[in-house]
Formats: sequence, C-alpha cells, structure tokens
Amino acid sequence: MRKLLTGNKAAAWGARLAEVDYLPVFPITPQTEIIETLAEWVDRGELDARLTTLESEHSMVTAAGAAAATGVRVFTATSSQGLLYAMEMLYNVAGWRVPLVLVNVSRGLSAPITLEPDHNDVLAARDSGFLQLHCATCQEVLDSVLLAYRLAEDKRVRLPVLVNLDGFYLSFTREPVILPSREQVRAFLPAFDAGSNRFRGGEPVSQAVAVLGGGPYSYFRYQTHLAAVEAGEVFDELSEAFSNHFDRGFKAIEDYRCEDAEILFVMIGSFATKAREAVDRLRDAGQKVGLLRPRLLRPFPAREFVRLLSGRAGVAVIDQNLSTGLGGILYTELAAALYPVPRRPILASFIGGLGGRDITAGEFYAMAEQVRQAVETGQAPPPRLLFTDQEMQTVRGLQRIAGSEEGES
Amino acid sequence: MSEQDCAGTGKATRQGLLGAGTPMCAGCGGLQALHQIYDLVGDKTVFVNAAGCMTLLSIYPFTPFPGSWLYTAMACAPAGAQGVRDALDVLLAKGRIQPEQDQLPVVLTGDGSAYGMGLSATSAAIDRGLDFLYICYDNEGYGNTGHQYSAATPAGARTATSRVDGYAGIKKDLFAIWSAHRPAYVATAIGTEPADLARKLKKALSLSGPRLLLVLAPCPTGWGFEPARMVELGKLAVKTGIWPLKEYSDGQVRHTQVPARRKPVTDYLQLQGRFRHLFAPVRDTDKLTALQRQVDDYWEHID
Repeated sequence: MRKLLTGNKAAAWGARLAEVDYLPVFPITPQTEIIETLAEWVDRGELDARLTTLESEHSMVTAAGAAAATGVRVFTATSSQGLLYAMEMLYNVAGWRVPLVLVNVSRGLSAPITLEPDHNDVLAARDSGFLQLHCATCQEVLDSVLLAYRLAEDKRVRLPVLVNLDGFYLSFTREPVILPSREQVRAFLPAFDAGSNRFRGGEPVSQAVAVLGGGPYSYFRYQTHLAAVEAGEVFDELSEAFSNHFDRGFKAIEDYRCEDAEILFVMIGSFATKAREAVDRLRDAGQKVGLLRPRLLRPFPAREFVRLLSGRAGVAVIDQNLSTGLGGILYTELAAALYPVPRRPILASFIGGLGGRDITAGEFYAMAEQVRQAVETGQAPPPRLLFTDQEMQTVRGLQRIAGSEEGES
Repeated sequence: MSEQDCAGTGKATRQGLLGAGTPMCAGCGGLQALHQIYDLVGDKTVFVNAAGCMTLLSIYPFTPFPGSWLYTAMACAPAGAQGVRDALDVLLAKGRIQPEQDQLPVVLTGDGSAYGMGLSATSAAIDRGLDFLYICYDNEGYGNTGHQYSAATPAGARTATSRVDGYAGIKKDLFAIWSAHRPAYVATAIGTEPADLARKLKKALSLSGPRLLLVLAPCPTGWGFEPARMVELGKLAVKTGIWPLKEYSDGQVRHTQVPARRKPVTDYLQLQGRFRHLFAPVRDTDKLTALQRQVDDYWEHID
C-alpha cells in the first residue's frame, strides 16, 4: 500500500508495523506528531501498546530502557534539547545492553533557541553506545525503524538504535511511502525475544550493578564497543535481507552516481537530496561528480568509506553541525578514517545548513569548483562556513534594531 | 500496637533475606532498616536504585539481593520503576508472563536523590499513580561522597559543605511534599523501631499505588558518632521528637508514636560530631533553644 506520509507519520508507522509493546513519550517540536499519532492509534485500539507520558526525556529514556530490560519491545522519540536532556541515560541504556529504537527529529541546539534542523543534537549522542541511522526520505524513515529493531535485537548486537530524520525538512514533508503489510513485516522482524536477561519473579537478575576499579569497567565498556563494531557486519547482512524482502535497497552508504566520479560530496540527512540534484546538474555539465551519504553513522562505516573514496581526486565534506573550536564533525571523522590510506583524496570541509539555513544549488556548484581547484593545486582549502554577504547584512540590520555595539559600528 | 503484632513482626525481621557481608559502614542505620524491609517485601521485587550509599550493595559480581536489581541514575529511579511496572503490565495483559512471575518495583534511594535531584521524577510518578514502593534511607546528607549538605540536612548540622556554622536552612519536609500529591501511602520510620516499621511496611504492601517509606538512617561516618551507639541515637531521634513517626493515608496524617514526655533535643544533638559546634568551645544557647522550639512547635500542633 502506498500512502502520503510526513516523516513523522512514517516513523510512527514504523513503530506500528514493528508491533511495539511500550511507548514512553514526552512532547517536543518537531517530533510531537510522532507521539500524537501513536497516542491516537493506542486510544482507538489500532495499536496494542501501552503509552505513558513521562515528565522529561531523561525519565522517558530511563523508562524505555527499564521496560526493554523487562522484556518488551519499546519505541520512543525526541528532538534536540530533549535528546541532550536524556544524554546521561543514553549512556546508561546502552550500558544495560538493551534493544530499543529512539527516533530523533533533528533540531538546532540552544542558545539561541531555534526550531529548525541541524545535526549537533544527534552527533552529541554519537559516543553514547546508541547505534545511529540517518534518513533522507520518508520511506527511509519507515524502513530504518524496521531495520533498527532487527539490528538492536540481534543477539550479537543488543544495543539501542537511534534513527535520525531532519526536523521540518523531513518531519513535515509529505512523500509517497510504501507501507508493507503486517505479515510482510512479521516475516522480516520476528517477535522480540528478551532472552534470559530480564526481570521475572523467581528468576532474579542484577542489571547495571556497580564495578570497582578500571578492570571490570574497561571490560564492559569494551564489550559494548565490540558489539557496536560487530553491528557493522550485522547491518550489512540485514540490509541485504531487507533488500531481498522488501525489494528496496538499504546499504550502509548510499553512493549516488559515483562509478567514475572524481569529486564527491559527503553528507548526511535530508539536505543530501539537494546534493543529489546538484550532482545531476553538474553531470549534465560534464563534470564527474557523485554523492556519498552514510545511512549508518555508528558504527562508523570506515572501511566502506575507504573503499569508496580510495583513488578519488577530491571530496567536499558538508557538515550540518559545528564542533565549537574544531569545525565539522563528519570531516574530522572522515579525515581520520582516510589517514592510513596511501592514495587518499583531498578533503575540503564545508559547514552549512545550521539551524535550517538552506544550502543552495549555487553553493553546491561552488563547493565542487573549490574542490576541483584544490585538486589542481594539491592544496586543501581552509574550512568554510556557507554564509552569504547578504545574510551578514541582514544580521547586521537586526543588530542595529537590537541596539548592539557591533551593529552600530 | 498489640503484643501479638510485635511478636509477629519481630519474627519476620529475623529472616535475614538480605545477604550479609555488605560493604556498608559499621553501624549504618539505613542498612539496619533495609534488612527489616527486605524480609517483608521479599525477593519478588526489582529494586530500582539511584546513586547513593546503597548503590555499593551490589558490586559486580556480588549482590546481597536474592531478588532483582537495576541501577538507573541519580535523577530517575522512579522512571525506571515506571518502565519495569509498565512492561510487566504489558507482559501480563498479553499473556507473555504468568501472574506468579509478577514483581513489585521498589525504588531505593538516599535523601540526596529523594529530596533533590530525583524529586521531579518522583512527583511525576505519583501523579501517574504508579504502583510502586519508594524506600528512602535518609541520612541527611550526600552520604557516600563524604557527607555534604542535602535538602534533607537539618538546621544547624555541619556537613562538608556547611562546615563552620552548620546548615542555616531547615530540613525539607518530604513527607508533606509526598502527602500533597495524595498518594496511596506515606510513612516515616526508623530501623530502631522495628515493630512500627514492620507494621507500616505491611500496610504499604497491602495497598497499591505510590507508597513511600521514609526511613531516618543514623550515619556514624556522616554524623560523627561511634557505630556502637547507632541504636541509642535512633531511639533518641524518636524520643526527643526530632523524628516523628507518622503515616499518611486516605487524606489523613496520623502519628504512630507520640512521645509522651519528650527528652530534650540536646540529648540527641550532643552525641553527634555534626552538632559539636553548638556545645563547644561555648554552648550556643540561642541556637539550641531555637532547635528545641522548632520541635516543640511541631508537637504543639499535633492532636
């Protein structure tokens, strides 16, 4: 069945088709539509799940993890400040080694407070032990939720998964989405088996007890790391199974028109659809460009990146985030992954789309041109913020209204 | 309370369900109470814990709990209990577990979490009518970090963060805060009054909904007294009227022991290092009088 769905509705449908048991929730823009949709289904008896509204995301993720540890399939969602408020418990829940799916609808972080997206929220969680999937279309949102449960519940993994979609650009964009039938999903995603490590009367379990000293602590943290690394292999297996089952591809890295590409864009999320369009136009103009878009960001698909990037001339890494005092996070991670490669391409770092700021077609062309020049000179350009003079003038105008000294000067 | 009741509860408190040989400090009033509590709640429980002294009870690979245990974090133990309860309800409703596999979520925290960081999660859990038991061992400070001031620290007590004149404020009234939420049951207790504690816990276990047992936990290391004097000190907390034994249910507060002839508060205060500055090098009569007046005022308004 095909249906016109927003990204938020697609996420809710993912949870519904996964037949989740438990929905601990808390509202925050722009993810609220997800929990409102699920609440309506629960009220109408269309989804046999328990929905509990917690008083914060910190408590929401705690309840989610505790319920998963008791042996039910759990879904929850948040955004931005909510994800950060829950950050302490992301580490805990990953350390509990329980599977659940958390959808994050990306939104820029305070201060200043804003509603529109960038990726500093979700990337702040990248070291937490949650695996991360990033979506560019509404179809991918639904598919990612289904795949995330398989990945999280796999006995070799047993880690929670965060599925990310961009606020407004995807959360409220309607696209045609193929809804698989319940039977079709059941055949791909069997009922949750909690194993023996869950709370039952008469079968005591101690979960997340204290450790003394760095020895056992190192052991358990490293086990979590190994499971996350293993999740990369498991993901490849599952993505193949997914493609066979649903007739839709789901590779860890989407490679768009990369076959003979000399210059590649690398970016995550819905803004990458703009990059696809730019690639088509640049191809029309005879330029050999392509796009790499990782769907899987934790574990970081480093080996696959190396394979796809070896021998290329140049790469424009477009970060929709800013690590204060350093620069783009994806750029840093990619540079690290490519460091051991002898014939590595020139990497150029661009930061754009912060707080929902657009990245224009013209900017994609300009980035490709800058990378082309860098390849010619053999000199990587300094990191660059995508920001126009006109935008600067607008901000100056606002500062004059606010009466700040900078504006007056 | 009849002799019969006392005999019954006395027997119950000798089961020793909670394992021995824990790393708690000698003379820990919280552990004394927990032994009694665990005998009554039994092993069909999931203790949901927030950071505090009792977190050190379960250290990998050992645990004194024959039931289950989940460490959460300081701010969110009631939310952990919510997740466990909701999941068990789902499993029961969907027939995926049998009724005999059901368990009671029991939150176990110190006062730092119960009165402070975890209060928002607690308030919300009561609002939602969560069916759980909350045990707070109140040692009136952040215990296992070296006894700093918490919102449960009483007036005048010295802590590592109120070293000179002692804490200038008053102890937050958690009993009243809980009662204001209209939960199923709230009670204060102390391990040195085991019959009273057992009766209250049994009453709590006979009810459903949010239930708090707020247990004063004399703390030799934090309060500065000899571990051997823990029982004496606990009894004095009740006899001086400093720790009123009471319960709330059905909208009513009832005192379960009204000390007929209260001992002077100085009997209790002078045994503890944290109040030594009120007695030496000079006796701070003004402060001691004020502390006595606080207690007198409280009991004057009790029927």
